[in-house]
Amino acid sequence: MSVNDTVDTAVNAEAKEWKPKIVAFCCNWCSYAGADLAGSSRLSYPADVKIIRVPCSCRVNPMFILKAFERGADGVILCGCHPGDCHYSTGNYYTRRRMTLLFSMLDYIGVERERTRVEWVSAAEGARFSKVMNDFVAKIYELGENVKVGDLRCKQ
Amino acid sequence: MQAVSAKIIERAKELMREGTVTKVAGWKAGEFFYDAEPNIFETPESLDGLVYNRFCASNLSKYMIKNSAFESAGKVLVILKPCDTYSFNQLLTEHRIDREKVYIIGAGCEGMCDIDRVRALGFKGITGIDEKGDGKTLVVYTLYGDGEVDIDDVLVNKCEFCKGKAHKIYDELISENEDEGPRGDRFEGVRALEAMSPEERFAFWQGELSKCIRCNACRNACPACSCRKCVFDNAASGVASKANTDSFEEKMFHIIRAFHVAGRCTDCGECTRVCPQGIPLHLFNRKYIKDIDEFYGTYTAGEEAGQRGPLITFTQEDREPNSVSDKGGN
Repeated sequence: MSVNDTVDTAVNAEAKEWKPKIVAFCCNWCSYAGADLAGSSRLSYPADVKIIRVPCSCRVNPMFILKAFERGADGVILCGCHPGDCHYSTGNYYTRRRMTLLFSMLDYIGVERERTRVEWVSAAEGARFSKVMNDFVAKIYELGENVKVGDLRCKQ
Repeated sequence: MQAVSAKIIERAKELMREGTVTKVAGWKAGEFFYDAEPNIFETPESLDGLVYNRFCASNLSKYMIKNSAFESAGKVLVILKPCDTYSFNQLLTEHRIDREKVYIIGAGCEGMCDIDRVRALGFKGITGIDEKGDGKTLVVYTLYGDGEVDIDDVLVNKCEFCKGKAHKIYDELISENEDEGPRGDRFEGVRALEAMSPEERFAFWQGELSKCIRCNACRNACPACSCRKCVFDNAASGVASKANTDSFEEKMFHIIRAFHVAGRCTDCGECTRVCPQGIPLHLFNRKYIKDIDEFYGTYTAGEEAGQRGPLITFTQEDREPNSVSDKGGN
Protein backbone atom coordinates (compact mmCIF):
# COMPACT_ATOMS: atom_id res chain seq x y z
CA MET A 1 0.00 0.00 0.00
CA SER A 2 1.48 3.31 -1.04
CA VAL A 3 1.61 6.36 1.18
CA ASN A 4 -1.03 8.02 -0.96
CA ASP A 5 -3.45 5.16 -0.44
CA THR A 6 -2.90 5.31 3.29
CA VAL A 7 -3.60 9.04 3.30
CA ASP A 8 -6.71 8.52 1.18
CA THR A 9 -8.02 5.90 3.55
CA ALA A 10 -7.38 8.15 6.51
CA VAL A 11 -9.08 11.11 4.84
CA ASN A 12 -12.06 9.01 3.82
CA ALA A 13 -12.38 7.65 7.32
CA GLU A 14 -12.42 11.21 8.61
CA ALA A 15 -14.98 12.26 6.04
CA LYS A 16 -17.23 9.45 7.18
CA GLU A 17 -17.07 10.74 10.72
CA TRP A 18 -18.72 14.00 9.77
CA LYS A 19 -22.27 14.15 11.07
CA PRO A 20 -24.67 16.67 9.65
CA LYS A 21 -26.72 18.90 11.90
CA ILE A 22 -30.31 18.85 10.78
CA VAL A 23 -33.08 20.88 12.32
CA ALA A 24 -36.66 19.74 11.89
CA PHE A 25 -39.49 22.07 12.85
CA CYS A 26 -42.52 19.88 13.52
CA CYS A 27 -46.04 21.04 14.15
CA ASN A 28 -47.47 19.88 17.44
CA TRP A 29 -50.69 18.43 15.98
CA CYS A 30 -49.50 16.38 13.04
CA SER A 31 -45.81 15.94 12.39
CA TYR A 32 -44.70 15.80 16.00
CA ALA A 33 -47.33 13.14 16.65
CA GLY A 34 -46.16 11.48 13.44
CA ALA A 35 -42.64 11.35 14.87
CA ASP A 36 -44.09 9.80 18.01
CA LEU A 37 -45.88 7.19 15.96
CA ALA A 38 -42.70 6.44 14.04
CA GLY A 39 -41.03 5.85 17.40
CA SER A 40 -43.74 3.64 18.84
CA SER A 41 -43.90 1.69 15.57
CA ARG A 42 -40.17 1.01 15.95
CA LEU A 43 -39.38 2.82 12.71
CA SER A 44 -36.01 4.48 12.73
CA TYR A 45 -34.88 7.84 11.53
CA PRO A 46 -31.35 9.26 11.79
CA ALA A 47 -30.22 10.73 15.08
CA ASP A 48 -28.80 13.72 13.20
CA VAL A 49 -32.30 15.18 13.08
CA LYS A 50 -33.06 17.48 15.98
CA ILE A 51 -36.77 18.12 16.30
CA ILE A 52 -38.12 21.46 17.48
CA ARG A 53 -41.79 21.34 18.32
CA VAL A 54 -43.86 24.32 17.22
CA PRO A 55 -47.58 24.94 17.79
CA CYS A 56 -48.22 25.22 14.07
CA SER A 57 -46.02 25.22 11.01
CA CYS A 58 -46.95 28.87 10.52
CA ARG A 59 -45.33 29.66 13.87
CA VAL A 60 -42.01 29.24 12.11
CA ASN A 61 -40.67 32.70 11.53
CA PRO A 62 -38.30 32.90 8.53
CA MET A 63 -35.76 34.12 11.04
CA PHE A 64 -35.82 30.70 12.82
CA ILE A 65 -34.67 29.03 9.65
CA LEU A 66 -31.95 31.57 8.98
CA LYS A 67 -30.89 31.41 12.60
CA ALA A 68 -30.54 27.63 12.33
CA PHE A 69 -28.25 28.07 9.33
CA GLU A 70 -26.31 30.77 11.13
CA ARG A 71 -25.70 28.40 14.03
CA GLY A 72 -24.30 25.78 11.71
CA ALA A 73 -27.22 23.66 10.55
CA ASP A 74 -26.56 21.69 7.37
CA GLY A 75 -30.21 21.32 6.52
CA VAL A 76 -33.54 22.58 7.77
CA ILE A 77 -36.83 20.78 7.26
CA LEU A 78 -40.25 22.03 8.21
CA CYS A 79 -43.10 19.58 8.74
CA GLY A 80 -46.76 20.45 9.18
CA CYS A 81 -50.25 19.12 8.68
CA HIS A 82 -51.34 18.45 5.13
CA PRO A 83 -52.91 21.53 3.51
CA GLY A 84 -56.55 21.57 4.52
CA ASP A 85 -55.89 19.67 7.76
CA CYS A 86 -54.36 22.48 9.81
CA HIS A 87 -55.45 22.41 13.45
CA TYR A 88 -55.93 26.15 13.15
CA SER A 89 -57.68 25.77 9.77
CA THR A 90 -55.39 27.88 7.60
CA GLY A 91 -51.97 28.17 9.22
CA ASN A 92 -50.14 25.90 6.83
CA TYR A 93 -51.48 27.71 3.77
CA TYR A 94 -49.62 30.82 4.93
CA THR A 95 -46.55 28.73 5.72
CA ARG A 96 -46.62 27.40 2.21
CA ARG A 97 -46.45 30.86 0.66
CA ARG A 98 -43.85 32.16 3.07
CA MET A 99 -41.55 29.21 2.72
CA THR A 100 -41.85 29.16 -1.03
CA LEU A 101 -40.55 32.71 -1.12
CA LEU A 102 -37.93 32.19 1.58
CA PHE A 103 -36.48 29.06 -0.01
CA SER A 104 -36.39 30.73 -3.36
CA MET A 105 -34.46 33.57 -1.73
CA LEU A 106 -32.03 31.21 -0.02
CA ASP A 107 -31.41 29.61 -3.38
CA TYR A 108 -30.87 33.10 -4.79
CA ILE A 109 -28.10 33.90 -2.32
CA GLY A 110 -26.43 30.58 -2.99
CA VAL A 111 -27.53 28.22 -0.21
CA GLU A 112 -28.22 24.99 -2.10
CA ARG A 113 -31.91 24.53 -2.47
CA GLU A 114 -31.86 20.88 -1.37
CA ARG A 115 -30.88 22.02 2.11
CA THR A 116 -34.32 23.37 2.79
CA ARG A 117 -37.51 21.39 2.57
CA VAL A 118 -41.17 21.50 3.58
CA GLU A 119 -43.04 18.21 4.00
CA TRP A 120 -46.59 17.57 5.07
CA VAL A 121 -46.79 14.68 7.53
CA SER A 122 -49.97 13.78 9.40
CA ALA A 123 -50.21 12.19 12.86
CA ALA A 124 -51.11 8.87 11.25
CA GLU A 125 -48.07 8.85 8.96
CA GLY A 126 -45.33 7.49 11.19
CA ALA A 127 -43.92 5.51 8.30
CA ARG A 128 -43.91 8.58 6.11
CA PHE A 129 -42.15 10.60 8.80
CA SER A 130 -39.39 8.04 8.99
CA LYS A 131 -39.08 7.90 5.20
CA VAL A 132 -39.02 11.70 4.81
CA MET A 133 -36.30 12.07 7.44
CA ASN A 134 -34.22 9.24 6.02
CA ASP A 135 -34.45 10.75 2.53
CA PHE A 136 -33.60 14.23 3.71
CA VAL A 137 -30.63 13.13 5.80
CA ALA A 138 -29.34 11.03 2.93
CA LYS A 139 -29.55 14.10 0.70
CA ILE A 140 -27.64 16.22 3.21
CA TYR A 141 -24.95 13.53 3.51
CA GLU A 142 -24.66 13.69 -0.25
CA LEU A 143 -24.32 17.50 -0.23
CA GLY A 144 -21.83 17.43 2.61
CA GLU A 145 -21.08 20.12 5.10
CA ASN A 146 -22.78 23.45 4.70
CA VAL A 147 -19.59 25.50 4.74
CA LYS A 148 -21.22 28.30 2.93
CA VAL A 149 -22.62 30.04 5.92
CA GLY A 150 -19.30 30.42 7.64
CA ASP A 151 -17.59 33.70 8.34
CA LEU A 152 -17.65 35.80 5.19
CA ARG A 153 -15.36 38.55 6.40
CA CYS A 154 -12.47 36.40 7.44
CA LYS A 155 -12.80 33.55 4.99
CA GLN A 156 -12.19 34.18 1.35
CA MET B 1 -38.14 71.73 -13.59
CA GLN B 2 -37.54 75.23 -12.24
CA ALA B 3 -40.94 76.30 -13.51
CA VAL B 4 -42.52 73.37 -11.68
CA SER B 5 -40.65 74.27 -8.53
CA ALA B 6 -41.94 77.86 -8.67
CA LYS B 7 -45.50 76.62 -9.22
CA ILE B 8 -45.27 74.30 -6.24
CA ILE B 9 -44.00 77.07 -3.97
CA GLU B 10 -46.70 79.46 -5.11
CA ARG B 11 -49.49 76.91 -4.62
CA ALA B 12 -48.14 75.75 -1.25
CA LYS B 13 -48.00 79.32 0.01
CA GLU B 14 -51.56 79.87 -1.12
CA LEU B 15 -52.82 76.75 0.63
CA MET B 16 -50.96 77.63 3.79
CA ARG B 17 -52.20 81.22 3.85
CA GLU B 18 -55.83 80.20 3.33
CA GLY B 19 -55.44 77.70 6.18
CA THR B 20 -56.04 74.49 4.24
CA VAL B 21 -52.72 73.13 5.42
CA THR B 22 -50.55 73.97 8.40
CA LYS B 23 -47.32 72.38 7.26
CA VAL B 24 -45.65 71.49 4.02
CA ALA B 25 -43.42 68.48 3.49
CA GLY B 26 -40.97 69.09 0.69
CA TRP B 27 -37.28 69.33 0.00
CA LYS B 28 -34.83 72.05 0.92
CA ALA B 29 -31.39 72.66 -0.42
CA GLY B 30 -28.76 70.74 1.48
CA GLU B 31 -25.12 71.47 2.05
CA PHE B 32 -24.42 70.98 -1.63
CA PHE B 33 -26.57 71.52 -4.70
CA TYR B 34 -26.96 67.78 -5.18
CA ASP B 35 -28.19 66.80 -1.75
CA ALA B 36 -31.67 68.24 -1.52
CA GLU B 37 -33.10 66.88 1.69
CA PRO B 38 -36.62 66.34 3.06
CA ASN B 39 -37.87 69.18 5.16
CA ILE B 40 -41.06 70.26 6.91
CA PHE B 41 -41.89 73.90 6.23
CA GLU B 42 -44.04 75.56 8.86
CA THR B 43 -44.46 79.14 7.63
CA PRO B 44 -45.35 80.55 4.19
CA GLU B 45 -42.12 82.59 4.20
CA SER B 46 -39.94 79.56 4.79
CA LEU B 47 -41.38 78.02 1.62
CA ASP B 48 -39.01 80.15 -0.42
CA GLY B 49 -36.44 77.59 0.63
CA LEU B 50 -38.33 74.76 -1.04
CA VAL B 51 -36.58 73.17 -3.99
CA TYR B 52 -37.73 70.68 -6.57
CA ASN B 53 -34.98 69.64 -8.91
CA ARG B 54 -33.21 66.63 -10.39
CA PHE B 55 -31.87 65.65 -6.98
CA CYS B 56 -35.16 65.41 -5.07
CA ALA B 57 -35.23 61.64 -5.30
CA SER B 58 -36.18 60.99 -1.69
CA ASN B 59 -39.63 59.60 -1.06
CA LEU B 60 -41.66 61.76 1.31
CA SER B 61 -44.55 59.36 1.97
CA LYS B 62 -42.98 57.88 5.07
CA TYR B 63 -42.85 61.30 6.74
CA MET B 64 -46.62 61.39 6.64
CA ILE B 65 -46.90 58.68 9.28
CA LYS B 66 -45.51 60.91 11.96
CA ASN B 67 -46.77 64.17 10.58
CA SER B 68 -50.30 63.17 9.86
CA ALA B 69 -51.29 60.56 12.35
CA PHE B 70 -49.84 61.49 15.68
CA GLU B 71 -48.63 65.03 15.98
CA SER B 72 -50.15 67.72 13.88
CA ALA B 73 -53.59 69.14 14.37
CA GLY B 74 -54.11 70.36 10.82
CA LYS B 75 -53.49 69.02 7.37
CA VAL B 76 -50.04 68.52 6.01
CA LEU B 77 -49.25 69.18 2.39
CA VAL B 78 -46.93 66.66 0.83
CA ILE B 79 -45.34 66.71 -2.59
CA LEU B 80 -45.29 63.29 -4.17
CA LYS B 81 -43.71 62.13 -7.38
CA PRO B 82 -45.54 59.40 -9.32
CA CYS B 83 -43.52 56.55 -7.79
CA ASP B 84 -43.95 57.97 -4.28
CA THR B 85 -47.71 57.65 -4.56
CA TYR B 86 -47.41 53.85 -4.58
CA SER B 87 -45.76 53.97 -1.18
CA PHE B 88 -48.39 56.38 0.05
CA ASN B 89 -51.17 54.01 -1.05
CA GLN B 90 -49.44 51.10 0.62
CA LEU B 91 -49.22 53.05 3.89
CA LEU B 92 -52.92 53.91 3.57
CA THR B 93 -53.68 50.23 3.08
CA GLU B 94 -51.85 49.48 6.29
CA HIS B 95 -53.69 52.24 8.16
CA ARG B 96 -50.48 54.06 8.95
CA ILE B 97 -51.63 57.35 7.46
CA ASP B 98 -54.82 59.26 8.03
CA ARG B 99 -55.87 60.32 4.54
CA GLU B 100 -57.93 63.19 5.97
CA LYS B 101 -54.83 64.81 7.38
CA VAL B 102 -52.82 64.86 4.20
CA TYR B 103 -53.12 67.08 1.16
CA ILE B 104 -51.23 65.62 -1.76
CA ILE B 105 -49.74 67.67 -4.54
CA GLY B 106 -48.66 65.40 -7.35
CA ALA B 107 -45.54 66.73 -9.00
CA GLY B 108 -44.46 65.56 -12.41
CA CYS B 109 -41.09 63.90 -12.63
CA GLU B 110 -38.70 63.38 -15.48
CA GLY B 111 -36.30 61.17 -13.62
CA MET B 112 -33.89 61.92 -10.81
CA CYS B 113 -30.13 62.06 -11.17
CA ASP B 114 -27.39 60.40 -9.19
CA ILE B 115 -24.37 62.58 -8.53
CA ASP B 116 -22.17 59.51 -8.12
CA ARG B 117 -22.97 58.45 -11.67
CA VAL B 118 -22.03 61.92 -12.94
CA ARG B 119 -18.74 61.64 -11.06
CA ALA B 120 -18.21 58.16 -12.46
CA LEU B 121 -18.27 59.67 -15.93
CA GLY B 122 -15.06 61.48 -15.05
CA PHE B 123 -16.25 64.86 -13.83
CA LYS B 124 -14.17 66.22 -10.97
CA GLY B 125 -14.71 69.34 -8.88
CA ILE B 126 -18.37 69.70 -9.87
CA THR B 127 -19.69 73.10 -8.87
CA GLY B 128 -23.15 72.96 -10.33
CA ILE B 129 -25.52 71.19 -12.68
CA ASP B 130 -28.09 72.76 -14.93
CA GLU B 131 -30.65 71.37 -17.25
CA LYS B 132 -30.64 72.11 -20.91
CA GLY B 133 -34.02 72.99 -22.30
CA ASP B 134 -34.39 69.75 -24.26
CA GLY B 135 -35.00 67.63 -21.13
CA LYS B 136 -32.37 65.15 -22.24
CA THR B 137 -29.08 66.81 -21.41
CA LEU B 138 -27.47 68.12 -18.25
CA VAL B 139 -24.82 70.81 -18.27
CA VAL B 140 -22.16 70.05 -15.68
CA TYR B 141 -20.07 72.95 -14.39
CA THR B 142 -16.75 72.03 -12.89
CA LEU B 143 -13.67 73.81 -11.65
CA TYR B 144 -11.94 72.64 -14.80
CA GLY B 145 -14.51 73.65 -17.37
CA ASP B 146 -18.03 72.68 -18.37
CA GLY B 147 -19.34 69.52 -19.91
CA GLU B 148 -22.56 67.85 -20.93
CA VAL B 149 -24.07 64.51 -20.04
CA ASP B 150 -27.04 62.58 -21.29
CA ILE B 151 -29.59 62.41 -18.46
CA ASP B 152 -30.32 58.75 -19.23
CA ASP B 153 -26.72 57.93 -18.29
CA VAL B 154 -26.91 59.42 -14.82
CA LEU B 155 -30.39 58.44 -13.58
CA VAL B 156 -30.71 56.86 -10.14
CA ASN B 157 -31.48 53.16 -10.28
CA LYS B 158 -35.16 53.55 -9.49
CA CYS B 159 -35.63 56.02 -12.34
CA GLU B 160 -33.71 53.86 -14.77
CA PHE B 161 -36.53 51.40 -14.25
CA CYS B 162 -39.29 53.97 -13.79
CA LYS B 163 -42.69 52.46 -13.05
CA GLY B 164 -44.59 55.07 -15.00
CA LYS B 165 -45.40 58.73 -14.80
CA ALA B 166 -48.99 58.45 -13.57
CA HIS B 167 -49.87 59.48 -10.01
CA LYS B 168 -51.92 56.83 -8.23
CA ILE B 169 -53.33 59.19 -5.61
CA TYR B 170 -53.43 62.98 -5.33
CA ASP B 171 -55.54 65.97 -4.42
CA GLU B 172 -54.19 68.12 -7.18
CA LEU B 173 -51.57 67.81 -9.86
CA ILE B 174 -48.92 70.36 -10.64
CA SER B 175 -47.34 69.52 -13.94
CA GLU B 176 -47.83 66.12 -15.43
CA ASN B 177 -45.71 64.05 -17.71
CA GLU B 178 -47.02 61.82 -20.38
CA ASP B 179 -47.26 58.30 -18.99
CA GLU B 180 -45.11 56.07 -21.12
CA GLY B 181 -45.51 53.08 -18.82
CA PRO B 182 -42.62 51.22 -17.24
CA ARG B 183 -39.12 51.96 -18.47
CA GLY B 184 -36.76 49.08 -19.11
CA ASP B 185 -36.95 45.55 -17.70
CA ARG B 186 -36.57 45.86 -13.93
CA PHE B 187 -36.09 42.12 -13.44
CA GLU B 188 -33.11 41.94 -15.75
CA GLY B 189 -30.63 42.04 -12.84
CA VAL B 190 -32.54 39.32 -10.99
CA ARG B 191 -32.61 37.10 -14.08
CA ALA B 192 -28.88 37.51 -14.59
CA LEU B 193 -28.28 36.28 -11.03
CA GLU B 194 -30.73 33.42 -11.37
CA ALA B 195 -28.90 32.20 -14.40
CA MET B 196 -25.67 31.82 -12.41
CA SER B 197 -24.64 28.70 -10.53
CA PRO B 198 -25.22 28.64 -6.74
CA GLU B 199 -21.47 29.12 -6.20
CA GLU B 200 -21.39 32.21 -8.40
CA ARG B 201 -24.46 33.62 -6.72
CA PHE B 202 -22.89 33.01 -3.34
CA ALA B 203 -19.70 34.74 -4.41
CA PHE B 204 -21.68 37.68 -5.75
CA TRP B 205 -23.58 38.20 -2.51
CA GLN B 206 -20.49 37.57 -0.45
CA GLY B 207 -18.80 40.44 -2.23
CA GLU B 208 -21.77 42.76 -2.00
CA LEU B 209 -22.94 42.01 1.51
CA SER B 210 -19.53 42.10 3.17
CA LYS B 211 -19.61 45.80 2.34
CA CYS B 212 -22.58 46.23 4.66
CA ILE B 213 -21.81 48.31 7.74
CA ARG B 214 -25.25 47.79 9.28
CA CYS B 215 -25.99 51.49 9.38
CA ASN B 216 -29.69 50.66 8.91
CA ALA B 217 -30.10 53.42 6.32
CA CYS B 218 -31.97 51.00 4.03
CA ARG B 219 -34.45 50.26 6.77
CA ASN B 220 -34.83 53.86 7.88
CA ALA B 221 -35.47 55.20 4.39
CA CYS B 222 -37.88 52.43 3.40
CA PRO B 223 -41.52 53.56 3.44
CA ALA B 224 -42.65 49.96 3.96
CA CYS B 225 -40.34 49.49 6.98
CA SER B 226 -42.46 51.53 9.33
CA CYS B 227 -43.01 49.27 12.35
CA ARG B 228 -42.95 51.22 15.60
CA LYS B 229 -40.70 48.59 17.08
CA CYS B 230 -38.38 46.90 14.65
CA VAL B 231 -37.10 43.38 15.19
CA PHE B 232 -33.62 44.70 14.51
CA ASP B 233 -33.91 47.11 17.44
CA ASN B 234 -34.75 44.38 19.92
CA ALA B 235 -31.58 43.93 21.93
CA ALA B 236 -32.79 40.59 23.30
CA SER B 237 -33.24 39.09 19.85
CA GLY B 238 -29.55 38.64 19.19
CA VAL B 239 -29.92 40.28 15.79
CA ALA B 240 -30.15 43.88 16.95
CA SER B 241 -28.11 46.48 15.16
CA LYS B 242 -24.48 45.85 16.05
CA ALA B 243 -21.22 44.81 14.49
CA ASN B 244 -21.60 41.38 12.96
CA THR B 245 -20.03 38.57 14.84
CA ASP B 246 -20.33 36.34 11.86
CA SER B 247 -21.07 36.97 8.29
CA PHE B 248 -24.32 35.16 8.01
CA GLU B 249 -25.80 37.94 10.10
CA GLU B 250 -25.60 40.29 7.16
CA LYS B 251 -27.36 37.82 4.97
CA MET B 252 -29.91 37.25 7.66
CA PHE B 253 -30.42 40.98 8.07
CA HIS B 254 -30.88 41.59 4.37
CA ILE B 255 -33.05 38.54 3.72
CA ILE B 256 -35.28 39.37 6.66
CA ARG B 257 -35.40 43.05 5.81
CA ALA B 258 -36.57 42.19 2.32
CA PHE B 259 -38.88 39.44 3.58
CA HIS B 260 -40.63 41.80 5.97
CA VAL B 261 -41.55 44.03 3.07
CA ALA B 262 -42.27 41.21 0.60
CA GLY B 263 -45.65 41.81 -0.96
CA ARG B 264 -45.65 45.34 0.44
CA CYS B 265 -42.58 46.70 -1.29
CA THR B 266 -43.51 49.13 -4.03
CA ASP B 267 -40.02 48.95 -5.50
CA CYS B 268 -39.47 52.65 -4.79
CA GLY B 269 -35.75 51.98 -4.76
CA GLU B 270 -34.95 54.06 -1.70
CA CYS B 271 -32.92 51.27 -0.08
CA THR B 272 -30.43 51.13 -2.93
CA ARG B 273 -30.33 54.89 -3.30
CA VAL B 274 -29.47 55.58 0.33
CA CYS B 275 -26.99 52.74 0.81
CA PRO B 276 -23.65 54.42 1.59
CA GLN B 277 -21.83 51.27 0.49
CA GLY B 278 -23.58 50.99 -2.85
CA ILE B 279 -25.06 47.53 -2.27
CA PRO B 280 -27.71 46.72 -4.91
CA LEU B 281 -30.42 46.04 -2.33
CA HIS B 282 -33.19 46.33 -4.89
CA LEU B 283 -32.07 42.93 -6.19
CA PHE B 284 -33.50 41.38 -3.02
CA ASN B 285 -36.80 43.21 -3.24
CA ARG B 286 -37.17 42.59 -6.94
CA LYS B 287 -36.47 38.90 -6.43
CA TYR B 288 -39.43 38.70 -4.06
CA ILE B 289 -41.58 40.77 -6.40
CA LYS B 290 -40.63 38.57 -9.33
CA ASP B 291 -41.35 35.37 -7.38
CA ILE B 292 -44.70 36.70 -6.20
CA ASP B 293 -45.61 37.65 -9.75
CA GLU B 294 -44.63 34.24 -11.03
CA PHE B 295 -46.10 32.12 -8.26
CA TYR B 296 -49.23 34.02 -7.25
CA GLY B 297 -50.05 36.29 -10.15
CA THR B 298 -48.87 39.77 -10.97
CA TYR B 299 -49.27 42.08 -8.03
CA THR B 300 -48.27 45.71 -7.69
CA ALA B 301 -48.16 46.94 -4.12
CA GLY B 302 -49.60 50.44 -3.79
CA GLU B 303 -51.43 50.35 -7.13
CA GLU B 304 -54.50 51.30 -5.11
CA ALA B 305 -55.28 51.62 -1.42
CA GLY B 306 -56.96 48.67 0.30
CA GLN B 307 -55.46 45.78 -1.67
CA ARG B 308 -54.79 42.46 0.09
CA GLY B 309 -51.14 41.56 -0.16
CA PRO B 310 -50.06 38.15 -1.46
CA LEU B 311 -48.56 37.04 1.85
CA ILE B 312 -51.71 37.61 3.88
CA THR B 313 -53.85 35.53 1.60
CA PHE B 314 -53.66 32.10 -0.04
CA THR B 315 -55.39 29.69 -2.37
CA GLN B 316 -55.74 25.96 -1.87
CA GLU B 317 -53.91 25.33 -5.10
CA ASP B 318 -50.73 27.26 -4.23
CA ARG B 319 -47.51 25.66 -5.37
CA GLU B 320 -45.45 23.62 -2.92
CA PRO B 321 -42.27 25.18 -1.47
CA ASN B 322 -40.18 22.24 -2.67
CA SER B 323 -41.17 23.06 -6.22
CA VAL B 324 -38.79 26.01 -6.06
CA SER B 325 -36.00 23.52 -6.52
CA ASP B 326 -37.49 22.39 -9.81
CA LYS B 327 -36.67 25.71 -11.37
CA GLY B 328 -33.83 26.08 -13.84
CA GLY B 329 -30.32 27.25 -13.07
CA ASN B 330 -27.60 25.22 -11.41
